[in-house]
Amino acid sequence: MADTGFVQKEKLNDFLNELSKDAVVYAPCLEGDTVIFKTFSPNATLCLDRPANNPPKLAVFPQSETLFSFKYKKDAEDPRKMSVELDANTDFPRAVIFGARPCDAKGFRIYDRVYIDTNTPDPYYKGRREKTIIVTLCCSAPSPGCFCVAVGGGPAHREGSDVLITQLEKGYFIESVTDKGKAILKVPQIEDGAPYAEEAHKKQLGSHDLVKNPFGENGQPKISRSLFDLDEFWENMVGKCLSCGACTYLCPTCYCFNITDEQALENGERMRSWDGCMFPHFTLEGSGHNPRPTKFKRFKNRVGHKFLYYPEKYNGAIACCGCGRCIRYCPVSVDISEIVSYLRGSKFEFTNVPPENMEIDTNSQEQK
Amino acid sequence: MTENINPYLPDLATIIKVIEETPNIKSYQVIFNDPEKMKTFFYEPGQVGQLSVFGVGESTFVINSPPTRMDYLQFSVMRVGEVTSVIHELHEGDQIGVRAPLGNWFPYEEMKGKKILFIGGGIGLAPLRTLILFMLDNRADYDDITILYGSRTPPDLCYKDDLKEWESRSDVNLILTVDTEYPGWDKRTGFVPTVLNEIAPSPDDTIAITCGPPIMIKFVLQNLAKLNFKDENIITTLEARMKCGIGICGRCNIGSKYICKDGPVFSLAQLKEYQAEI
Repeated sequence: MADTGFVQKEKLNDFLNELSKDAVVYAPCLEGDTVIFKTFSPNATLCLDRPANNPPKLAVFPQSETLFSFKYKKDAEDPRKMSVELDANTDFPRAVIFGARPCDAKGFRIYDRVYIDTNTPDPYYKGRREKTIIVTLCCSAPSPGCFCVAVGGGPAHREGSDVLITQLEKGYFIESVTDKGKAILKVPQIEDGAPYAEEAHKKQLGSHDLVKNPFGENGQPKISRSLFDLDEFWENMVGKCLSCGACTYLCPTCYCFNITDEQALENGERMRSWDGCMFPHFTLEGSGHNPRPTKFKRFKNRVGHKFLYYPEKYNGAIACCGCGRCIRYCPVSVDISEIVSYLRGSKFEFTNVPPENMEIDTNSQEQK
Repeated sequence: MTENINPYLPDLATIIKVIEETPNIKSYQVIFNDPEKMKTFFYEPGQVGQLSVFGVGESTFVINSPPTRMDYLQFSVMRVGEVTSVIHELHEGDQIGVRAPLGNWFPYEEMKGKKILFIGGGIGLAPLRTLILFMLDNRADYDDITILYGSRTPPDLCYKDDLKEWESRSDVNLILTVDTEYPGWDKRTGFVPTVLNEIAPSPDDTIAITCGPPIMIKFVLQNLAKLNFKDENIITTLEARMKCGIGICGRCNIGSKYICKDGPVFSLAQLKEYQAEI
């Protein structure tokens, strides 16, 4: 059974300050009108009334991180000769992600299969993940674009969370989901949760039906391969895409990265940074050849990866958590849930056939 | 397979020899700085490695010396982009990072007793060279070996010493071609796929292994089909832009398969199953 607790609304900041004593706490905070996951500090303004604009993936998978540092050394005898020393750090501080949403937490499970459950685990992701406690806030109402229930999630879904919290009138009901999460309940601001359990569970159940399901029914979306492989379909669906990549950076499950070197004099670092399959240069080869030269091919890869390729590799699991960020924040309103609903069999009519050669990749030599 | 604790951390190695193959291709023979690593290093023909120049970056190259000749590892580098241009500036004694072995390898066990037809173009001979030398070191295991190799001009032919040796061997049938007439060239001219049609090898009991520029591979595959080679008897080894080399970073996938991890060696039957565009 899950251990439970309760924290009064007015004690929430104290509770987070307490957690900050021996862990880096990431929480959704206001920056102007935007809610951003960032390191919590006493003067930050916590904002829990809507999902953060960005997902908390940065806590475990930073936008940019050092894989190792290197140092060139001149040979004292023969200065033309250089040796190299490498140094990698995979020891990370304890961290708490506070106020993730169930979709965000599920996103980490999608990462885990790729970064941890393999014969070459990623020591950076794994190192941070193991030291991070994920405290998830149940959603009381969906935001525009949310479709978690269509991909096997829900506003009180527990997958990926260590602790689940439910906002009630007087404060927050807290229940541990994993053994790791029980540590949270030892903080002094926590009082007995039992009197609030019934109210909390009622609230959790109530919000499920509010979320839309664009795929029509619960369960795993099955993709029609014939439509998926039709170039005209992609031209119709994503003709307006700008290849800006916002969808990939705001996605809790997008995990592609780049590796680059930075060097000043004899010292440098090999860095890993977020990258995205929507960018033309992502697959551009030295020769000028690009296997995904058009945005249609790139978008097909993004949708294919989440709804076809990843499920093929991981027992049917979908690499989309339905958070809706890519829909809410797309500058030209491309809607992945609409695209997948067509691929799943909703009637599709070709109306908008773009003119030929409308692709405007300046980085690519091979145009469609 | 040995498990590296940090798959991103290269092993340090020293360049012991640089060979100028063509005006824009150099081969590098390297040995690991750690003698124990050199002694225990194990790989299969067709596997690749990432070469690092610290401060510039990494690129993927096939290990083109065979595991039957373990004095060093050889990589051939065509000067194309940022990393390869800097590698071309390196000399004997310089330090380099190596992450290897990565990926899968040629199914040489299944090729035993069969006739083998290699079809290569340009730098595409590199992965074939590994398997050719491996097979020559185990010559009795294989039936006839035919090598069709071409390049733009005679100076662009790689591994000229190997070509000379293969030409002199009675147990290897070497066919060389260059794209067009060239002063002093008295052998065939024409593109590799065209010459393949001209020599029209029998598909019976034969495995075809091809590597070269994408456009060459495309037409070689078409012509092999016309010669009635079965998809499962056509093997190719692919290349794509790669970063991680362990099937995570998202660049080199064909559907759900990653060239760096599930490849680079695929049969045509597999590529058709994955609906690869070739």
